[in-house]
Amino acid sequence: MTYLAGEMMTGGYGGADILHECSIGVDRGEIAVVVGPNGAGKSTAMKAVFGMLGLRTGRVTLDGEDITSLKPQERVLQGMGFVPQNQNVFTTMTVEENLEMGAFIRRDDISLTMKQVYALFPVLHEKRRQPAGELSGGQRQQVAVGRALMTQPQVLMLDEPTAGVSPIVMDELFDRIIEVAKTGIAVLMVEQNARQALEIADRGFVLVQGRNAYTDSGVALLANPEVRKAFLGG
Amino acid sequence: MTDVLNAIVLLGNFVLVPGLAYGSQLALGALGVTLIYGILRFSNLAHGETMSFGAMITILVTWLLQANGISFHPLPTALLALPFGIIGAVALCLIVDRLVYRYYRQQRSTSSIYLIVSIGVMLITGGLIRFIIGPGDRKITDGERFIIKARDFKEMTGLNEGLAIKTTQGVTVITAVSVVAFVFWFLGRTRTGKAMRAYSDNEDLALLSGINPERVVMIAWIMTGALATIAGTLYGLDKSFKPFTYMQLLLPIFAAAIVGGVGNPIGAIVGGFVVAFSELIITFAYRKVFMYLLPDEMAPEGMIQLLSTDYKFAVSFVILVIVLLVKPTGIFSGKLL
Repeated sequence: MTYLAGEMMTGGYGGADILHECSIGVDRGEIAVVVGPNGAGKSTAMKAVFGMLGLRTGRVTLDGEDITSLKPQERVLQGMGFVPQNQNVFTTMTVEENLEMGAFIRRDDISLTMKQVYALFPVLHEKRRQPAGELSGGQRQQVAVGRALMTQPQVLMLDEPTAGVSPIVMDELFDRIIEVAKTGIAVLMVEQNARQALEIADRGFVLVQGRNAYTDSGVALLANPEVRKAFLGG
Repeated sequence: MTDVLNAIVLLGNFVLVPGLAYGSQLALGALGVTLIYGILRFSNLAHGETMSFGAMITILVTWLLQANGISFHPLPTALLALPFGIIGAVALCLIVDRLVYRYYRQQRSTSSIYLIVSIGVMLITGGLIRFIIGPGDRKITDGERFIIKARDFKEMTGLNEGLAIKTTQGVTVITAVSVVAFVFWFLGRTRTGKAMRAYSDNEDLALLSGINPERVVMIAWIMTGALATIAGTLYGLDKSFKPFTYMQLLLPIFAAAIVGGVGNPIGAIVGGFVVAFSELIITFAYRKVFMYLLPDEMAPEGMIQLLSTDYKFAVSFVILVIVLLVKPTGIFSGKLL
C-alpha cells in the first residue's frame, strides 16, 4: 500500500482533460520523481494530488484514507507540504518570517523545527533577516522548501525545485532533498533535469500526454533503452 | 536677525504646523486606502465616506455626552466619543463587505469591477450620512482651543509674528503618531499582522500555508474602519464636519497613497505629508515673508502666491499626474504591504 497515491486520475482545468488515468505515488522515506516532455501534465498531476485541480475520475489516498474531496489547505493539515514552481516565497518578508508563515497552522512551539531547517540549509540562518526577494534563485528554493518543512509534513511535494538554478546548486539541492527523505518523509517531485533526478529516485514516473508511459525504479528507467532514447537524449 | 526669525515663525505658523496636522490626517486616510489595496486589491473610493460615517457617529455620541454634561476638558469631548465612532464605522465596513464585496470576491471579479462597486457604496453611504445628520457644516470642537496662543507667543518671544498651535492640531499629530506606530507594530510583529502581509505578498502561497483569507479580509476592514474614523474625526475637529468635504478629500488621500506607492504603508505616511505640504507651500502667500527678508525698497507689491487657495485640489491632481508619468509605482515602489 503506497503511502501517498494518486490512482487513475483523469481531469483538467475545466476544458479538455489533461490527465488520462494517470497514477503516481510515493512511500515514506522514498523519493519519487515525475518526468516527461513539456506539456506532459507533470505539474498538473502534482496539482491533482494536492487537490488544486478537480478530478473527474480516480482518487487520491494518503495512508490508506481517501482524501480526494479535501481542499489543499485541509491536506496541509493532514501532513502534506507543497512547494509550487513559481512564486513560492513571500518576497517582501524576511527568511525567518517566511518560515514562520510556513508554520502558520501550528499552535505549538516552532523553534525546534526552525532550528532543523536552519541545520539543513545553513545559508538561510545567515540570511534570516533579509527579505526573501533579495536572495539568489537557489537560496529562494531553499526558503521555499524550508517553508514547506515548517509544518513537519509526512509528504513533501516539489514542483521543479531546481528550475532556473545552476548545476552546482542543483546537485546541492538534490543532496538536501535526499537528506529530507532519509528522515522518513515521502518526497514526490517533478523535474526537468530528468537524468539527474532519476539517479536519486526510488521510483520514477514517465508521463506522456497525461498518461503513464513508463513506471519503474529510477535506476531501471535510466537503464531502459527506450526511455533513454526518447527522454534522456540517448 | 529678528526679521529672519519673524519670517521663520511666519512660515511655521502658516505652513509647518497646519501641514503637520493636515499631513497626519491625509496619512491616516491613505493608510486605510493602501491597506484595502494591499489585501483586497482594489481602490476603495468609498473610503472618504467611511471617514465621514465614523466621524458622524462620533459627533452624534459627542452631542449625547455633552447633553449629559460629560466633557473631556481641556481636550475635545469628541475624543471620548471616538471609540463609538470606530465601532460604528467598523460595523459599516463589515456589513458592506458581507452584503456587497464578498459576492464579488466569490465571483473573482477584476479590480475595475470592484472600483465601480465601491463608487456605488460611496454614493449610498454618502446619502445615508446626509439623511442622518444633514448636509450642513458642524463645529464640534470644545475644550481648550489653543495649546499656544499667537499673542502669548509674541509676548514670550518679543517677535512681531505669533506661532499658534491649536489643541486639535496637537491632538491630531499625537494621535496619528501613536496610531501609525500601532499599525506598524501590528503588521511587523504579530502573527496576524504577518499573515496579512503574507496574504498581500502572495495570496496562493498564503492559502497553502493555511492562512484563512476571510479572516485576513475581516481584519483589514476592521483596521480600515478604525483608521478612517480616526482620520475623519481629526479632520472634522481641525476644520469642521461637513459631509461633502469628505468626498473632496478622496483626491488628496489617493494622491498621497499613490505618491508613496499604493499598498505600501510607509509610502502612505510619506505621501500624506508630501501632498499636505505641497498644497500649503504652493497656496501660501509669501508677501510678508519677503517683507521680512528683503530690504524695504525691494518689498514686493503683490501677494507672491503661486496659486489661489481655491485651487488647492489642483495641487493633488498635478502631483498625481507627475507621479503617474514619472514613477507610476510611487516613491516606495508600492503594490505590496
